[in-house]
Amino acid sequence: MINAGIITVSYIIATILFILALGGLSNQETARRGNWYGISGMAIALIATVLGVVTQHYVILMTALVIGGAIGLMAAQRVQMTQMPELVAILHSLVGLAAVAVGFANFLDAESHFEGVEKTIHDIETYLGILIGAVTFSGSVIAFGKLSGRIGGAPMLLPARHWLNLVMLLMVIWFGREFVLQSAAGGGIEPLIVMTVISLLFGIHMVMAIGGADMPVVVSMLNSYSGWAAAATGFMLSNDLLIVTGALVGSSGAILSYIMCRAMNRKFLHVIAGGFGTGGGTTAAAASGEQGEVDPIESEETAELLKGAKEVMIIPGYGMAVAQAQHIVYEITQALRNKGVNVRFGIHPVAGRMPGHMNVLLAEAKVPYDIVFEMDEVNEDFPDVDVSLVIGANDIVNPSALEDLDGPIGGMPVLECWKGKVTIVMKRSMATGYAGVQNPLFFKENTRMLFGDARESLDRVFKAI
Amino acid sequence: MRIGVPREIFPGEKRVATSPDVAKQLIKLGYEVSVESDAGAAASFSDSAFTKAGCTMIGSAADLWANSDIVIKVRGPDEGEVKLLRAGQVLISFLWPAQNPDLLKTLTERGVTALAMDSVPRISRAQKMDALSSMANIAGYRAVVEAAQHFERFFTGQITAAGKVPPARVLVIGAGVAGLAAIGAAKSMGAIVRSFDTRPEVKEQIESMDAEFLMLDFDDEDGSGEGGYAKVMSEEFIKAEMALFAEQAREIDIIITTALIPGKPAPRLITKDMVESMQDGSVIVDLAAEQGGNCELTRAGEVIRHGKVTIIGYTDMPSRLATQASQMYGTNLRHLLSDMTPQKDGQIVVDMEDEVIRGATICKDGETTWPPPAPKVSMAPVKPKVAPPPVPEEKKKSVAGPIIAMLAGGVALLGLGAVAPPSFMAHFTVFVLACFIGYMVIWNVTPALHTPLMSVTNAISSIIVIGALLQISSDNQLIKWIAAGTVLITSINIAGGFAVTRRMLEMFRK
Repeated sequence: MINAGIITVSYIIATILFILALGGLSNQETARRGNWYGISGMAIALIATVLGVVTQHYVILMTALVIGGAIGLMAAQRVQMTQMPELVAILHSLVGLAAVAVGFANFLDAESHFEGVEKTIHDIETYLGILIGAVTFSGSVIAFGKLSGRIGGAPMLLPARHWLNLVMLLMVIWFGREFVLQSAAGGGIEPLIVMTVISLLFGIHMVMAIGGADMPVVVSMLNSYSGWAAAATGFMLSNDLLIVTGALVGSSGAILSYIMCRAMNRKFLHVIAGGFGTGGGTTAAAASGEQGEVDPIESEETAELLKGAKEVMIIPGYGMAVAQAQHIVYEITQALRNKGVNVRFGIHPVAGRMPGHMNVLLAEAKVPYDIVFEMDEVNEDFPDVDVSLVIGANDIVNPSALEDLDGPIGGMPVLECWKGKVTIVMKRSMATGYAGVQNPLFFKENTRMLFGDARESLDRVFKAI
Repeated sequence: MRIGVPREIFPGEKRVATSPDVAKQLIKLGYEVSVESDAGAAASFSDSAFTKAGCTMIGSAADLWANSDIVIKVRGPDEGEVKLLRAGQVLISFLWPAQNPDLLKTLTERGVTALAMDSVPRISRAQKMDALSSMANIAGYRAVVEAAQHFERFFTGQITAAGKVPPARVLVIGAGVAGLAAIGAAKSMGAIVRSFDTRPEVKEQIESMDAEFLMLDFDDEDGSGEGGYAKVMSEEFIKAEMALFAEQAREIDIIITTALIPGKPAPRLITKDMVESMQDGSVIVDLAAEQGGNCELTRAGEVIRHGKVTIIGYTDMPSRLATQASQMYGTNLRHLLSDMTPQKDGQIVVDMEDEVIRGATICKDGETTWPPPAPKVSMAPVKPKVAPPPVPEEKKKSVAGPIIAMLAGGVALLGLGAVAPPSFMAHFTVFVLACFIGYMVIWNVTPALHTPLMSVTNAISSIIVIGALLQISSDNQLIKWIAAGTVLITSINIAGGFAVTRRMLEMFRK
């Protein structure tokens, strides 16, 4: 219907719009525009392809588009902000699944004709596309399960898991060779299926072994994988738009993972290799011997302390998300600000279960973003802070990260709230955080503990204010 | 490096650029600190206190200037002091480059690196170094104290056996830092305080200090200029404003004026007639005296009596609270120095990439760098500092790693190039370039936006739907239905990803 030149131009425009979308998303002011760039790019690419390439089965196509779109919109409307990580993870799995499906369909398509080296390369591309797609799919599903609490957050560590991974890798390579050989002879579906199963197992095993605290890295890593899957599919189909878009998403996800790892002062490979907190068991046990007394506090007294303060720093963690306490936090913030108390938020880069998780929750509660600060911006202000309120956070305020460099979280930058005058830690119990490390902060002289569900406690604090 | 703190030689200047407490902090940053003998005497810091803090006392100013790498002062250098400066030395003080072009020229010619405390940009990160604000705060407080000195009545109202005393009525014109400090001081002494400002947004601040904001019945003319300062108003506005002041003058006991417009003479707000209409014994404190005064009758630096009204035109309010002012100014300086000493090793780094330091530096290495380029007005939070400088040992260890990796990568690419057909290499080129674009585009993302970014990249990665679209027209039933299923799940992703991103972004607000 429209010729190949026009399709190519449309793809170029779509590519540019996608680049602009990513660029726009890096800044608050341009973010909304960036999203519209992305939407327009997608629309242009879709329309050009539908008009230019598709020749029949329009009804099925439109039905699938409409049903899928409706489901997507509904999910986006319904999802709670605290469930964002799960949604993002499950959406990643869809991209992985799509890559697998497209790869198989392409392989089954008898119309494609390649010869010699080109045939080999094409087969390798197909193989890789399905491989990455399958890992993304199963990994994302497991990540979804962990994030939504359907699967326990603790790392599952099989014995000899590194060897297991190695064996799976070797098997995948061997079946790849088999696949290329058989495919040249006209067959090859069996090795492809076996490899898909191995990849699925590999994805499951990889994410199962990663602890809850490393979830932000996993989510952005899966994001990166979904991009690579799209890029591999693009190679397979000789489609530059897919290659470029996949590479953009892949590299951006990789950078996000890198940024997250740096914020936790951990090597990317160590996170992927899994087992965060495995070395912590002994350390925690050793440290527990020298615990001091904790000093509990009641909601009313917390309110008094907050009212009497000039500078208040609120440090939210995953616990705030679990308790859905962001709205009451903001009400308290407003009440305090009306009384002239300077309330700020200090956000650790890996607080929560997804990069930027806390920012999204606070934004949902309408906290203006000019009082929300990053760790680097506020860390040196703590000596002037009268009250730090730690809501459901643990590892990100753990002084042993700085004091005990050999510990499991040693060297990770943390919010140094203990340098302020008083720190109030809201927790449900004395349990350790995801890293499994005891937190000496709780035993410091200027730390008070407010036990109980974060939202109920904050409700009482708000009433008292 | 050695920081020198000379005695201020400007007549009547009692402040000094550091206090013993602050000096201790400077020494912690790795500097040596020399102080001229008696430099702190007027601000009640004795030489022995400085010695105790770890400073070296030096008798002669010439020696001190000659032996210091960094000179910190309150007032800008006078002609004699300028001659003591040498190339490469760093000078930090109030310099007012706009008002003193000659001084700026001389400093540039002498090859001095000069930072003007008055040119520190007014951004949140630089608040801790904003000496203008800390001095204005002191001036505002002192204005009330001076007024009390000349006002022959109580501030607070009292009912006593000896009769009823009405509270003093204070009008503060201009609610900047100084004005707000004055409101606070007057209020805490028990006076009834009213305040006026041309910028409507300060109404809230005035009311937060428990003072009454005087509204002007006028079509919303906004007096806010750049950087939160006031600007020149229209003629009608000024007329209405003057009428308001004339009416207020009759019942007000104390007027404190702080109205200034950057780079302009102070606006004339209180006329001779208004002064004469005031009650006997009233006091006017004109904090704008140095810039010509808000009151027609003000004489800079003097206290005069016009009829029964006292008009105070002191221009050295902060110096009249020398201990406090020195401490705060010294702390502002210390914050600036600690930002300029990233390694805490006593080596000053004039990083012209840093917006704050760039703004304050008026000349460097023989070149005038004032005025700085316009500051970025951005609502976005300050970007995170890029990678902290790596620890040296780590660097040494890892040098071999990247080289090996690069070599291996190069060999792999060459091998690929040797066997792969050209069509594949064309796609491969596109792929590699796209990876780099992704890297460049994403590197500076604001951490707050990580989640929306991920959901938008997720939506974009469902471009894989193109693959399914290419297949859906196949006559093979199996392929057709696989493709249809793929279209279905990717369209969930497209719609869901973009919609949820939009929803999140809608919530981000200032």
